[in-house]
Amino acid sequence: MTTTDEPAVSRPPRAAIKARNLRIDNWRRGPILTVLGITAWVAYATFRVFYQGDYWVADYHYLTPFYSPCVSVGCVPESAHFGRFIPDSPLIPYAALSLPFLLAFRLTCYYYRKAYYRSFWLSPPACAVPDGHTRYTGETRFPLILQNFHRYFFYLAVAISLVNSWDAVLAFHSPDGFGFGLGNVVLTANVILLWCYTLGCHSCRHVMGGRLKHFSKHPVRYRLWTLSSALNDRHMMWAWITLGSLALTDFYVMAVAAGWFDDLRFIN
Amino acid sequence: MSTRTFRVWRGDADGGDFAEFDVAVNEGEVILDVVHRIQAEQAPDLAVRWNCKAGKCGSCSAEVNGTPRLMCMTRMNLFDEGEQVTITPLRTFPVVRDLVTDVSFNYEKAREMPAFAPPAGLEPGEYRMKQVDVERSQEFRKCIECFLCQNTCHVVRDHEENKPPFAGPRLFIRAAELDMHPLDARDDRREAAQDDQGLGYCNITKCCTEVCPEHIRITDNAIIPMKERVAGDRYDPLVWLGRKIFRKGKKPTEAKSPAD
Repeated sequence: MTTTDEPAVSRPPRAAIKARNLRIDNWRRGPILTVLGITAWVAYATFRVFYQGDYWVADYHYLTPFYSPCVSVGCVPESAHFGRFIPDSPLIPYAALSLPFLLAFRLTCYYYRKAYYRSFWLSPPACAVPDGHTRYTGETRFPLILQNFHRYFFYLAVAISLVNSWDAVLAFHSPDGFGFGLGNVVLTANVILLWCYTLGCHSCRHVMGGRLKHFSKHPVRYRLWTLSSALNDRHMMWAWITLGSLALTDFYVMAVAAGWFDDLRFIN
Repeated sequence: MSTRTFRVWRGDADGGDFAEFDVAVNEGEVILDVVHRIQAEQAPDLAVRWNCKAGKCGSCSAEVNGTPRLMCMTRMNLFDEGEQVTITPLRTFPVVRDLVTDVSFNYEKAREMPAFAPPAGLEPGEYRMKQVDVERSQEFRKCIECFLCQNTCHVVRDHEENKPPFAGPRLFIRAAELDMHPLDARDDRREAAQDDQGLGYCNITKCCTEVCPEHIRITDNAIIPMKERVAGDRYDPLVWLGRKIFRKGKKPTEAKSPAD
């Protein structure tokens, strides 16, 4: 018997098939792994951001990306490359100038949107599996219409990536002057990966040349678009790798700063 | 050769149910071969739409084990030896009978789409475009109109009420194709995509891309670029300010816009 409680896919004049979906493959695996991965990362990042310690290795000038730029009055003076002007409070992250925008950049990223719409919001949890909502308006209304501001967070993410790059350069340091250790490899690799994610962003692709109608009139922008497109092909991969590299870099700096192990030094 | 069990949905808009068939399957066969064998040997009145049997006409779209697929391109070796295979009609469109659905929704949406509009004074035969300028559009021309993307899109699959305002991914690639076309002179493609086609309903979960048998990157190369273009027109104050300062037109899409 047909009732209005039946999902749209089962309701005549469509074929009256009772099962909400007939997929027999393991379609739950993707959403579950996404929820676990993102939840674990958010838990770790939240702990670290409010921990307010072990973020700076004075001997080698290693600064974790979770505290960059360190602009709180509570920051170690040597770690504050851009001044200290935000009040020192346990509720205000030391990098309060960058973290909200980085969060917004990832939150409005086209890949992460797909990931959390599917896994957290079940809209839909998987292809051809009914979504968990009675009504659906997509990104046509507040607050989801704000996803259209993604490009602004992209611009800010570029600025923050420049700051991270500068941190990585300053980290080639030792008490004797120039120095090079495993921490430099970690920090530099993290920055390179962050650039791969940022420059492969869909908004970057649009800004570089995607908005053009005539590539032939703009060969340089066309070239930039092709480079951005090449990175964009694996945007999901960069998105996950950079989540991992950020956490790993932070953990390495924390471990060295806390004295859990020494940095492996190659030069000085 | 082995014998496999198939469950095929049979019925019409008034109702129906699954019928089971044990069918001999040969190595290298596809689902459509099996359906034809069922027709030939067990159920001659089984309704199925098909044509080219080569993945180029887009006629034999159906759902196999719950996944939208072309039956002619779904090889039997995808399934384990003892696995029961379930075949249903597309579940987003009204069923006509058995595996045949009424896909006229898609043609109605296509008719609402403004056609290609060359610049005034340019006659057929005078069109000249550089390859680099048409490459993006050419990807979208691979579409065979199988409507698997339309069928799997949850905006209409799970919400019948969204059918009037939402055109669907197949029409979004058409909008992108024309908006990126070097000789299309219309300046309202983005407005139409957002207001008339319901581009904002799409939450880019990429199911359309996943099921496309032509491997068109619908979301990355058409929908997201169109969303970015709309964002530039409507939600980007820097673009608005730039237009005011440099006295550019209402939108940069116009045929002779400096933004091209």
